[in-house]
Amino acid sequence: MTETATPRPNPGRLNRFWIVLGDVAARPSGLIGLTLVLGHIVLALISPWLAGYDYKAMDSSLILEPPSAEHWLGTDHLGRDILSRVLQGGRVALLVTGIATPIALLWGGITGILLGLIGGRTDEIAMRVVDAFLSIPGVLSLLVLVAIFGTGNAVMIPTLAFFFGIPVIRVIRAATHDVVARDFVLAARARGHSRLSIVWRELLPNVRDAMMVEGAMRWSWMLLAFSSLSFLGFGVPPPTPDWAVMIADERAYMPLAPLGVLAPVVALSSLIVGINLTADALAKAMGIDRARKAVV
Amino acid sequence: MLRMLVRRLFLGFVTVWIVSVIIFAGVEALPGDACTAFLERDAQGKLLENCRRDLGLDKPAVTRYIDWASGAIRGDFGVSADGQQSIAALVGDRVKNSILLAAGALAVGVPLAILLGIITGLWRDSWIDILFSTGAIFAMTIPEFVSATVLILIFAIWLGWVPAVVLTPADAPALAFFPEVILAAVVLTMVMIAHIMRMVRSSVIEVMASDYVQMAMLKGVPYWRIVFRHALPNALLPAINVVALTVAWLLGGVVVVEMVFNYPGLGRTMISAISARDLPVIQALAMIVAATYVGVNLAADMLTIVLNPRLRTLSQRGK
Repeated sequence: MTETATPRPNPGRLNRFWIVLGDVAARPSGLIGLTLVLGHIVLALISPWLAGYDYKAMDSSLILEPPSAEHWLGTDHLGRDILSRVLQGGRVALLVTGIATPIALLWGGITGILLGLIGGRTDEIAMRVVDAFLSIPGVLSLLVLVAIFGTGNAVMIPTLAFFFGIPVIRVIRAATHDVVARDFVLAARARGHSRLSIVWRELLPNVRDAMMVEGAMRWSWMLLAFSSLSFLGFGVPPPTPDWAVMIADERAYMPLAPLGVLAPVVALSSLIVGINLTADALAKAMGIDRARKAVV
Repeated sequence: MLRMLVRRLFLGFVTVWIVSVIIFAGVEALPGDACTAFLERDAQGKLLENCRRDLGLDKPAVTRYIDWASGAIRGDFGVSADGQQSIAALVGDRVKNSILLAAGALAVGVPLAILLGIITGLWRDSWIDILFSTGAIFAMTIPEFVSATVLILIFAIWLGWVPAVVLTPADAPALAFFPEVILAAVVLTMVMIAHIMRMVRSSVIEVMASDYVQMAMLKGVPYWRIVFRHALPNALLPAINVVALTVAWLLGGVVVVEMVFNYPGLGRTMISAISARDLPVIQALAMIVAATYVGVNLAADMLTIVLNPRLRTLSQRGK
């Protein structure tokens, strides 16, 4: 799976990063995706200074107002400025998933590599447990934990990282299996390298591409799950602005003020589509066909 | 082949067993128990004692696991945390409704998805492929509550063609859900079509580029004969597994869509059980959904083994 893509050993690690990035940006879908993702990240960072109004400031004289010169996107059902809320509505989601994704990738990736390397009975048993976990719907497990422990970031991040690391195990284990049987790993073993050194110097560079693509993909799934939780009322607590919460709250007023729903819809969709376009372009640039992977 | 089928069947049962242990142990590991979770601040004295006795929480964990698991096999999941309702009765109608919604989405979605997959695969990189493949990325990745909300806005509010939410009670006969269920089914169908179409597309592309198809082309076999006789039977085999995953997803994971459309299926039951912190019901639902997932995937794998001559001899393969 990775053999077409990775020339190893790599003389310039940084060089390859720029080459892949250039390749991603050279594809129209990759360029659009990258622009959307970077735009959203920058916006999330600077939006508190951009927003013209306090996101929680209510004005009871301006409820469900249409767009005007003062409120470019109108106001919501509590008289809050929609534009200011939309601008800041991705911050929590980006922060939580931005921290949880690397953790998921790290623990899932390391477990996957170790299982692929060890093989045998341990691997067999561990994969059954992974299968068992994957058959319990993720949203359900998340909901139960969140309902019991609360919805703070301190709960959300480890929970998301744990559940989204499990499918990573399977993908990285499969990628490792392809590499472990090859001659250079055998040679390293014959030279008497320790397992740690084999993992670090032989396996990791070869499954890194698969991990990158997997990470981009998991990020978008995690964002989707986190938004769904928020939509159901188990995610970001009010009055913190969040796109999913805004959609849930303003849905009832849709006939009167469609922008209150449409603005967060566009914001959330553009971020998620952006991540996916980038992931797709990344997979193509690295020579990994993402479409052939099963949906988990 | 028989050995492989038996092995796969055995693994399926092992997975279900591990799932039951995870679910049971997971609930055990939570702080408190079903009674303290359900009663919250009232969890003290007589009330707590009664609740614990009703749910059998005074017995040791292993005994309770065996009781729970053997009951679950017979379809008896005990009673809900308030001790009033039998879970089997509570869930029965909801299962029927979830199956109804899933069946509707599948009946329309699967043929359409396979057709689109074949078309986009055969005419790769044509405008029609670019159109549908881009559309598929959108349909797959945009959260269901977003597409559902937009569809409601357009078709229910602006155009007024279909009702926005389901108001029919859970125990109504299947036909009573029309036309309220249409939008919900459309949202699910879109997501489903995207997944299956992508899989079929890449599978068709792979098979059309394979040596034996190239050989047939060089021999001068008519194009459509190659497509229908040689390529498609092989290309559609991987679709079985994706369809299975979709079926499992439709029967268990559509919490959000059911909430948006107020549809009385399993997903909404889950949410109300979670809001009420009703652990016995949550346990039962998790088990039902997970068992369905494993069962459907098992069926798909076995079907693939039976249909694919190459897999009959392969002793092991990644799923």
